[in-house]
Amino acid sequence: MSWLLEPFEYEFMQRAILVCVLIGFTNGFLGAFIVIRRLALTADALSHSLLPGLAVAAIFIGLNPAGLLLGGLVAAVIVAVGGQLITRSSRIKDETAIASLYVIAFALGVILIRFAKVKVDLDGFLFGNILGVANSDIGISLATCAITLSTLLILQRPLLLTLFESSVARSQGVPVQALLTTLMVLIVLAMLASLQAVGVLLSLGLLILPAATMYLLSDSYQAMSWGGAALGVTGAVLGLMISFRANIPSGPAIVMVLGAAFLGALLFSPKYGIVIRALRPRHLHKESLDRWKTS
Amino acid sequence: MSHHLVIKDLTVSFNRVPAIHHINLTLGCSSCVGLLGPNGAGKSTLLKSIAGLLPLETGQIEFRSHQEETNDPPGRSIAYVPQRESVDWDFPVTVRGLVEMGRYPALGLWKTFRAEDHQIVNEALEVMDLREYADRQISALSGGQQQRVFLARAWAQQAAIYLLDEPCTGLDRNARRAFISTLHTLRSAGKLIITSHHELGDVPDIFDHVILINGELVACGETATTFTPENTERTFAMKAFSGHSKEEVTSRRHTS
Repeated sequence: MSWLLEPFEYEFMQRAILVCVLIGFTNGFLGAFIVIRRLALTADALSHSLLPGLAVAAIFIGLNPAGLLLGGLVAAVIVAVGGQLITRSSRIKDETAIASLYVIAFALGVILIRFAKVKVDLDGFLFGNILGVANSDIGISLATCAITLSTLLILQRPLLLTLFESSVARSQGVPVQALLTTLMVLIVLAMLASLQAVGVLLSLGLLILPAATMYLLSDSYQAMSWGGAALGVTGAVLGLMISFRANIPSGPAIVMVLGAAFLGALLFSPKYGIVIRALRPRHLHKESLDRWKTS
Repeated sequence: MSHHLVIKDLTVSFNRVPAIHHINLTLGCSSCVGLLGPNGAGKSTLLKSIAGLLPLETGQIEFRSHQEETNDPPGRSIAYVPQRESVDWDFPVTVRGLVEMGRYPALGLWKTFRAEDHQIVNEALEVMDLREYADRQISALSGGQQQRVFLARAWAQQAAIYLLDEPCTGLDRNARRAFISTLHTLRSAGKLIITSHHELGDVPDIFDHVILINGELVACGETATTFTPENTERTFAMKAFSGHSKEEVTSRRHTS
């Protein structure tokens, strides 16, 4: 019992756990919308493109959370919009355009971050350092989570229409393009909220893995979003505990816990699990057995 | 209740090259209309422009009904049913969930599902003969059932005009018959159904009206008087007036 409770005695751990609950819930909930729209790779691109924005913000405003938020958002928007522009104006397809842009942005970010006035911990940016969470970070996490969740809940119906079949949605008068843009902005917000905990590179795991796991377990998008949120909270808090005990970085620990859940669902999901399906007896109808019995 | 779909001087272009030219036609309710023409004639373009998915170069599309005063947004009276291949059938939703989506435009962002919404959804499942499949995930349906799910969703939307893009593609004889009879059920319920179709053999069995197009309108009217060998021959043999080169048009005619 003390193993479980001891971390809560430290103030930095209390802060870290609070942040984990917030970002785990938000990312897990949002992830459902990304997985069903097959936007995982776009989200990955956005996560990488945050880095130059963060670097520029660090250079000009210092390591101020609001500045980082703005910088990251602007950089991600430039990559997303730039990808659209390249797709429309050349024969390059969208995934190639976005991939080209984000890898350039990422390289630029790594270079720029050397020029920041304040000393920036690149490892912390890339992989997260949740024990360094300050009170102001909690405010930012709380705000971004509140914005993301309330937007998703309010726009849930038109978003689902859009994600399921965008041409039908448009014929019903749903503003498809505006909704997809909103979704992109929400992805960036959620990633920025989880920056401190899991870093730029691993934030994708917190976003995608809970929803991917639920996608293997259920056939309802409600179950995917709420279940993903629950799984995100569990994974983030459990990962944090393990990182505290085993003295490993929090980001990888959280992603590994979520990864284990994903692997478990992949193999043992009652309906879609690989092992479960292989173990299931081959279905032969009794009548067909009677008729074609070979003996 | 009487509806009219009036299309006036409609031209739709892709990259400045018109795909359909100056089309004028009027269609009434309680009608099952076949949209016929060779490949590349602009059948999908016409359907999509009625659905409001494409910008119009010239002309307008009007929908008039006795209930015009209700101020329904136009998006709700028209239901576009996409080609089956363009849908992600692994989407985590059941048949009932998909049909419930038809209520979303009427409910907007805030209104909750009420008893009457559930009743409309149940009615839609009933009409489309999908009651026993209501709790299935949508990939666990046959091709004909998948088509009917979209019709059920359109019913739940209480649409008056149904636009279907090649719904019979890939359906076998039995599924096709079942599907055609649901189209006729819709017609009896006062709906206007416009269906693009490329097989000419069964046209008289399915449609009471036909539209023959090939870039421009060739003929439009009752099947008995309009779907004549002369009109059909003219539609399929004529050179589509478009910005395409001559070879393209000729080769297109061979494939159809």
